[in-house]
Amino acid sequence: MPSASIPREAIAARLAEVGYVADRDLATALWMMDALKRPLLIEGEAGVGKTEVAKALAAVHGAELIRMQCYEGLDVSSSLYEWNYQRQLLAIKAREGTGASVAEIEARIFSEDYLLERPLLSAIRRKTPPVLLVDEVDRADEEFEAFLLELLSDFQVTIPEFGVIRALTIPRVVLTSNATRELSDALRRRCLYHYLDFPDVDREAAILLARQPRLDANFAVQIARMVGLLRTEDLKKVPGVAETLDWAATLAGLGVEDLRQEPEIVHATLIALLKTRADRAAISPETTSRLVGKVA
Amino acid sequence: MGAHAFAVEGSGPGPAMRRRLAGFVVTLRDAGFIIGQAEAQDAARLIAGPLADRPEGLRAGLRALFASRRSDLARFDELFDAFWRARGVRSVVRIDAEALAARSPRRFQHGPSANDARLEPSQIGGARGRDDGAAEGGGRQGGASAHEALSKKDIAAFEGERERAEAAEVAERFARAMRERLTRRERARRRGRRLDLRATIRLSVAHGGEPLDLKFRRRKIKPLRLVALLDASGSMEAYVAFFTRFLHAVSQAFRESEAFLFHTRLAHVSSALKERNPARALDRLALMAAGVGGGTKIGECLTAFNRRHARRVIHSRTCVMILSDGYDTGPPEVLASAMRELRRRCKRIVWLNPLTGRRGFEPSARGMQAALPYLDLLAPAHNLESLAALEPYLARI
Repeated sequence: MPSASIPREAIAARLAEVGYVADRDLATALWMMDALKRPLLIEGEAGVGKTEVAKALAAVHGAELIRMQCYEGLDVSSSLYEWNYQRQLLAIKAREGTGASVAEIEARIFSEDYLLERPLLSAIRRKTPPVLLVDEVDRADEEFEAFLLELLSDFQVTIPEFGVIRALTIPRVVLTSNATRELSDALRRRCLYHYLDFPDVDREAAILLARQPRLDANFAVQIARMVGLLRTEDLKKVPGVAETLDWAATLAGLGVEDLRQEPEIVHATLIALLKTRADRAAISPETTSRLVGKVA
Repeated sequence: MGAHAFAVEGSGPGPAMRRRLAGFVVTLRDAGFIIGQAEAQDAARLIAGPLADRPEGLRAGLRALFASRRSDLARFDELFDAFWRARGVRSVVRIDAEALAARSPRRFQHGPSANDARLEPSQIGGARGRDDGAAEGGGRQGGASAHEALSKKDIAAFEGERERAEAAEVAERFARAMRERLTRRERARRRGRRLDLRATIRLSVAHGGEPLDLKFRRRKIKPLRLVALLDASGSMEAYVAFFTRFLHAVSQAFRESEAFLFHTRLAHVSSALKERNPARALDRLALMAAGVGGGTKIGECLTAFNRRHARRVIHSRTCVMILSDGYDTGPPEVLASAMRELRRRCKRIVWLNPLTGRRGFEPSARGMQAALPYLDLLAPAHNLESLAALEPYLARI
């Protein structure tokens, strides 16, 4: 394996090929996921691109991405498996009067044909290891977290009516959290940890160029600086990387090539970055031109 | 996946390196990192792998493995530098002199408490064990009667260390009992009536497919979350220590709670209160809340809370509890608008004012006046009894 000697650089390069600009620490963490077969827990503000990491990882390995969005009240039937009740009822009805015994019917309707796979189950039953993204795990309840921990350490699932299902392959697991709730120590210990911050100017500019190759390099730096400055303002919702990309696309679409040229357009297009009324009011045209002045 | 693994055996690290690594793990554990055997073994594998070729790679790798929350990251780097650099493992380990200088005073402050940490765990365990026993076995009734006299006395009038310690203990036990009863009530009251199809189908097999026995699913309920904002200004001085103990107990007992402290600025102190040992929690809290004295800016602090924390800590079953005497040195309009915004976000706002219990009290403080229209409850909190009166109210949220 040629990448063994300098794993981080190799991973970073492969991520860059699929349009994701990773810093070195993240590249290290991603490499370690494979080396140690541990899940990766990524924390960070909303909008820093946590979910993108999983997508990029899937692209790098040419693997399927299975995404599970967590929410409060998420339970086994919507995360792991569920029986297909309609078909089961139908099957029972169809066998009425055929003289089939209860045991026979039971064996029939609790077979694999009637099993509906949910994300976690399908993630461990693939022939090629997929990337499993457990998004916003902090939103799920503690019970679910405990269950997830068990799954992540044993990679097997017990279905009472059916038996034990062992993982065919071990998926690469990425968990993300917005820290709305403190996760358990056990889960944290099990996972590798990476804190994803907003990218610095250079990296954000690199992201812009990777995603929008036709952008002028200097202009990309200008945009990245401008967004960086905006993030230091007192905002209710800090613009994320996706917003930066939107804004850059907007500006490019309007034919702007330098922020200093078109102050009105720059200010008007800030709606791509500022998503609440209060934030919109907080950044006046004067503030915009002051910030643009700093950027140039 | 085999292709991605790297060779562990063969080129493994020498025994000296392994010993150093073990020493490092011990250092980290001493510093409060939770590291299991599996993690330590994985670290040994990393040391043997290509990451170890460069100190920075090794640092990043071990950090991803051992750190498990954001606050760990800086601390890990500090410990890594101190440990590996002092042993002179590789001269290339980069040390940022400036950052190190900036860190040292903080480390100095933490010194004594870090020592406590190493000495006390067993003590804490013992003490807690006894406490729990008392709370469970008959302690509940006993707690109320034994401390009858104390419970009516104004907290500000408590004298001497012993009486204060006793009051704090009562507050703690009360908070635990409160939590226990609240959950029990919840369980009894809310029964979901959603059909559990999975179980119903299973039962129907015995009846030839007729779903005769219906199984119902219990509704999941969000746990009640308590967000407490404690006024730590000079005018509250007599009450702060007591309320802090109360909050400490609450945050230990409630599964979900957040605590903030404010005077001229707002400090998020939940992490300090998560500390099991109350004395250490108070120490950490004092450090976190250290700031300039002189006046209380309730309005400003609430505004800061709304902007920075409210989105994260408030959900649909959140009760915000403000513990303050309402003496605000800022303009009342600021407080009013902050309260208005808070009102929009959360289910209940309770204001506990230790002055309310005094005879002839009128909520005349300007701050109190400004906040009054947005409150669900303005309650006295000058003695233990008044805190106990809150419980049925919280149960209804």
